[in-house]
Amino acid sequence: MAQTTEVIPAARLTEPRALLRFRSRSPRGRLSARRQIVLQVLCLLITFTVLFPILWIFSLALDPRNLSRPDGLIPPGASLDAFARVIAQPTSDEISLLELARNSFLLASSVALLSVGIGVLAAYAFSRLRFRGREVLMITILGVLMLPAVATIAPLFIMLNGVKGDVPILGHVALRTSLVGVGLAVVSGTLPFAIWNLKGYLDTIPKELEEAAAVDGCNRNQSFLKIVLPLATPALAVTGFLGFVAGWTEFYFVSIFLNDPSQGFTLSLALNKMVGAFGQTPWSDFAAFSILFAAPVSIVFFFFQKYIVGGLAVGGVKG
Amino acid sequence: MTARAIPMPRPRRRRLSPDTRTALVYLLPAFLVMGIITFYPLLFQTWMSFTDFQLKNLSGKVAPNVVGLDNYIQILQSKLNIPNFEFLRLLFFNLFWALSNVVIHVILGVAIAILLNVNGLRFKRIYRALFILPVIIPPIIVATVWRHLFDEDNGAINMVLQGIGVLFKIPPDAFKIDWLGQVNDPISFIPLPLAYFALLGANTWLGWPLNSVVATGALQSVPPDLYEAAEMDGANAWQRFRVVTLPFLRPAMLPYAIYGFVVTFNLFYLSYFMTSGGPFGRTELFVTEAYKLVNDYQLYGVAAAFSVMLFFLLLAITLVTNRLGRATASYAE
Repeated sequence: MAQTTEVIPAARLTEPRALLRFRSRSPRGRLSARRQIVLQVLCLLITFTVLFPILWIFSLALDPRNLSRPDGLIPPGASLDAFARVIAQPTSDEISLLELARNSFLLASSVALLSVGIGVLAAYAFSRLRFRGREVLMITILGVLMLPAVATIAPLFIMLNGVKGDVPILGHVALRTSLVGVGLAVVSGTLPFAIWNLKGYLDTIPKELEEAAAVDGCNRNQSFLKIVLPLATPALAVTGFLGFVAGWTEFYFVSIFLNDPSQGFTLSLALNKMVGAFGQTPWSDFAAFSILFAAPVSIVFFFFQKYIVGGLAVGGVKG
Repeated sequence: MTARAIPMPRPRRRRLSPDTRTALVYLLPAFLVMGIITFYPLLFQTWMSFTDFQLKNLSGKVAPNVVGLDNYIQILQSKLNIPNFEFLRLLFFNLFWALSNVVIHVILGVAIAILLNVNGLRFKRIYRALFILPVIIPPIIVATVWRHLFDEDNGAINMVLQGIGVLFKIPPDAFKIDWLGQVNDPISFIPLPLAYFALLGANTWLGWPLNSVVATGALQSVPPDLYEAAEMDGANAWQRFRVVTLPFLRPAMLPYAIYGFVVTFNLFYLSYFMTSGGPFGRTELFVTEAYKLVNDYQLYGVAAAFSVMLFFLLLAITLVTNRLGRATASYAE
């Protein structure tokens, strides 16, 4: 999702309550039976189009015969064999799903930690401190936000490629072909987003709290650590989660930088490999793999959508 | 090197206010990191764009030749040594791709938000929970799944069409459609390949739900008595929509539409995974082309020039849409 971290130049979007109400109004009122039926049919049609691809993939994954197409929602003799197969070894490379997931998880969590950890400091400065050049720096960050991740892929490739050699303690280091290099590249997309989103949230925390603390003898650092950070926890979690998703599904940097299986593949690379091998890859395996790949982030997103959509709307930014 | 790339404000040392000093400390890590991975690469890229940086220069032993504006000229004249590259076609397709998607997303999003906002409609909450599903699935998975759904032999779309066709006694072979690869345009007077429509379908599935969320928020900020007043004045449903609903929708939807335009313009996954730019590069976008220049063709100098152009193109789009946004905003008020 790193490439979708652009800004909504929104003024009105900064009404989180309006967005939160998306799911909260209960239907009370009068509607003629005929209109009710017509509208219900319409809603069911939309539901069908929304659910169809999802159900299709689930059905494929459960099919024991490795058909290329399912022939019912729950195919005869439904089994979890495909899941077992992809967990053991999703592609022709000798690497298990768990190892892939571990690589993706390492990448995703370090991207999330780095962008939120550094981002919140800068966000605090932009939100609370008046200093020279503040405007210019904020516009710079906004400009970087508009850039798709692909835009700096060539120089990053060459720069990171240059950082290699034998280091006394670490042994042979090649930055580009390591997850560290990929992580750095991904952070270039998630950090400006984190700064912008967190700044938007910090702006909503009343200044009076810090002023009161200052009267009691709190200095800047203390009020940041003891007042602002705890209050910003929801926004930190949401921003961190979105950074995590960006790292978890990151594809272009991984695919360009890591070009040797021994360097440790990620889930997105394995998926790319399965798609590339359409025709040879059993479809059930592809379906099962997609589900396992999407599930961790989709489930979190589904249950916390209220906070995630709200947390974004507050920042006036969506990722 | 990196320290110099950080555009820090440099007020005279004496007059540093306590706030400025704290700000410097708080901003330092972010700008240090961004200096290394964003600003310096951007500068480096600009230099690269004037050279013929290639695979053989990667080792750092052979310096690339400075070629001036050659890369830019080659791109603009579509004279790159790569298959199916045509700059103007790419530009127009990419702009049209973003525009057509956003129009559909906004219209569908608003329409469905209005549908779900009807007083007395049952199961609203269930529908709203279900309709959010496309948003929560990572785009890379959405793209690969739709690649499969549009598959010529085994895809769901052809199968469903065949199922419907049987009802009307149309032989199933009529629906063996090569959605993503067909070379002939489906509509003779519109120069768009079938793959474009397949991509449009997939992206519509992906795109309208978030628009619907935004529209719902705006709809629920309309005071109900305005509708009653309009009704009393004898306004019909369409008039009520135009006079009451639209002024409330516009300020929320417009920024979101602009944002959607930029996102769709840069949408990598669908084009890359579903069509891989095909047939004959006709569904290629700037971002997928930039990716291929680095990954497939290793023309780093050309890729750099391409990215610099993309940067200015996006800058122009941002300025134009911002101006448009402001112009229509003042019109709405």
